Amino acid sequence: MAGLAPPTAGGGNAAPASSQNGWTQRIVILVPYVWLLVFFLIPFFIVLKISLSEQVRAAPPYAPVFDILTDPAATTLEKLSMLGLGNFGRIFSDTLYIEAYLTSVVIAGISTFATLLIGYPIAYGMARAPREWRATLLMMVILPFWTSFLIRVYAWIGILADEGLLNNVLMGLGLIDEPLHIMSTNYAVMIGIVYSYLPFMILPLYSALEKMDDTLLEAAQDLGCTPFKSFWLVTFPLSLPGVIAGCFLVFIPAVGEFVIPDLLGGSETLMIGRTLWEEFSSNTDWPLSAAVAILLLLLLVVPIVIFQNQQAKMQESGR
Amino acid sequence: MGAKTLGPVRRRFSPWNDPDAKPLIEFKNVIKRFGDFTAVNDVSLKIYEREFFALLGPSGCGKTTLMRMVGGFDEPTSGDVLLDGKSIKGVPPYHRPVNMMFQSYALFPHMNVKENIGFGLKMDGLPKGEIDARVQEMLKLVKLEPFATRKPHQMSGGQRQRVALARSLAKRPRVLLLDEPLGALDKKLREETQFELMDLQMTLGMTFLIVTHDQEEAMTVADRIAVMDHGKLIQVAPPSEIYEQPNSKYVADFIGDINLFEGKVAACADNVIRMESPALGTVIEVEDDEHCTVGEDAWFAVRPEKMRISLDQPAQTGLNVVAGEVWDIGYLGDSSIYHVKLANGKTVRATIANTDRMVERPIGWEDKVWLTWPRDAGVVLTR
Ligand SMILES: Nc1ncnc2c1ncn2[C@@H]1O[C@H](COP(=O)(O)OP(=O)(O)OP(=O)(O)O)[C@@H](O)[C@H]1O
Ligand SMILES: [Mg+2]
Repeated sequence: MAGLAPPTAGGGNAAPASSQNGWTQRIVILVPYVWLLVFFLIPFFIVLKISLSEQVRAAPPYAPVFDILTDPAATTLEKLSMLGLGNFGRIFSDTLYIEAYLTSVVIAGISTFATLLIGYPIAYGMARAPREWRATLLMMVILPFWTSFLIRVYAWIGILADEGLLNNVLMGLGLIDEPLHIMSTNYAVMIGIVYSYLPFMILPLYSALEKMDDTLLEAAQDLGCTPFKSFWLVTFPLSLPGVIAGCFLVFIPAVGEFVIPDLLGGSETLMIGRTLWEEFSSNTDWPLSAAVAILLLLLLVVPIVIFQNQQAKMQESGR
Repeated sequence: MGAKTLGPVRRRFSPWNDPDAKPLIEFKNVIKRFGDFTAVNDVSLKIYEREFFALLGPSGCGKTTLMRMVGGFDEPTSGDVLLDGKSIKGVPPYHRPVNMMFQSYALFPHMNVKENIGFGLKMDGLPKGEIDARVQEMLKLVKLEPFATRKPHQMSGGQRQRVALARSLAKRPRVLLLDEPLGALDKKLREETQFELMDLQMTLGMTFLIVTHDQEEAMTVADRIAVMDHGKLIQVAPPSEIYEQPNSKYVADFIGDINLFEGKVAACADNVIRMESPALGTVIEVEDDEHCTVGEDAWFAVRPEKMRISLDQPAQTGLNVVAGEVWDIGYLGDSSIYHVKLANGKTVRATIANTDRMVERPIGWEDKVWLTWPRDAGVVLTR
């Protein structure tokens, strides 16, 4: 009955309060959407448009250039008809690009796995450390970010080079007679990626492991699990969200990485980010590099969307 | 396992009185410290095979800690814990024939109800068919058959508690440790489950060690109760003894409702203790074979239901009788509790069973009444 009565001003009726609540909620949700629109979707469409254009010797080095403010409608239509998928055709017809995509995925995949193998024990140790140490340990993980990424990658040249620190130490210890040729190989790139992205793996893993309830492990042991088994049956499955988040955070930027392959890789290291950069800066082929970027995005987004759908379905069926 | 029956008949069972009986679990001067805080303080205790043993005490008195030392999750700082006469110090939890139901349930959030219950059986390497059968049996026991494929986060607190109970029971351990197993259940389900537990314990011949806050529950299920305070055992005895013969004011006060009268021991002879209580204006005589010392400070403890309340002055005054005025009446349905204010300002409680629907002249507020009790109604406590 109360619902039929018109809401009175000071009546303490729940309806106006909840609709107000709804507004603030909507605004809160709106902010990230606006952010995504301005900083992701609009740039994305600009890149997409460039990828459909043609390379020309001009500034900017592609055509057609749309000028929404001055172009009459007829001109705009004419210019639209000039857009085409030619650049994408070029990518697919040249094995160089396909190979670069594949190499990138393989190198990023192996590096991500290695990062997980190294990061998990570190995160585990941090989560098990006495509470008062944890903040310090976390700080130490983030500490490298205080120095320039570029300088840190350069430092690896000094370590991995034939005359570098690593070879000197190994030869000094008499473990090897000849210097290891790591520098300018895919291995050097992987080492660089693992080193650079390790914090992105450790942080989500740590936050997943830290939340774990110790009594779960006690319960597992109570029911007959050795500590090793209880790790695999309880700790690891429960840390899976952290594992997945960490792997995404490492894999995605690693696929498109171009600084590390450029500095540490050799001529054989054909990663897509580097290829893209060369097309863009040396060949000033903006349309082609835009097409490469769009394909890279699809390459990453499509599997992730499929994966997330799968996850959501699994959650549903848990009921 | 009929849930609707009255439950199993209590057997005559008292191995603790048998000097030859071998305890299944034995605590020997166990002390457990966390830093400089002593959680368990010099506990020596024997628990026998097939016993249903309850730990009772206020929050933080060390019940869980004591239990965790049997489960193997905490090691005693000093002293020893024995199982079957052998020390189990240093034996990891997964090698102890003991299962624990955790106070926080500790259900595995990534497994459904079935997988949770079957977890221990799987660890034992039982064949799948057998695991399924046992899990089904457990689900039936805790009435959770429709929820077999739910995840813990999709269940209510009481349902989760029952999953935890089923999981700890599934392996049929020799000793089952239950840390507040029924706290989240409603009264009816709780009482039913209590009887199920007793039934199960008897048919499977397990030894149960249960922690509870609910003294009524402890009274119902346990063969013996240990009352703890600040890490120490205050009294260990069967429920009736704990109730009728508390050994201290603490136990008397902790278990049920009790009236305590302060006085001095005036005479001890022929199993009768004579206490003088000037404050009450009466002499108290108690049939008690406990040792006592004349002149000692003592308390007379008597349960409200052992008191008789009357509007008429009793024939004999000055012995086991006090006079007062009805201050408050609590109607509980089956009984009424009278709060009677004495001349010295103290309030005494007396419970009267409501056996008649209509009473000619019921005792009401501000009535002047006499409270009397027989000589065997209470006990004299000296600590
Ligand atoms: N790991 C620990 N570190 C420090 N102190 C602890 C630890 N575990 C328990 N204690 C302390 O020991 C005391 C006994 O704890 P315990 O858990 O045995 O109490 P309890 O009798 O089970 O209480 P409740 O009825 O509330 O569950 C408490 O004061 C608690 O703070
Ligand atoms: Mg407890």
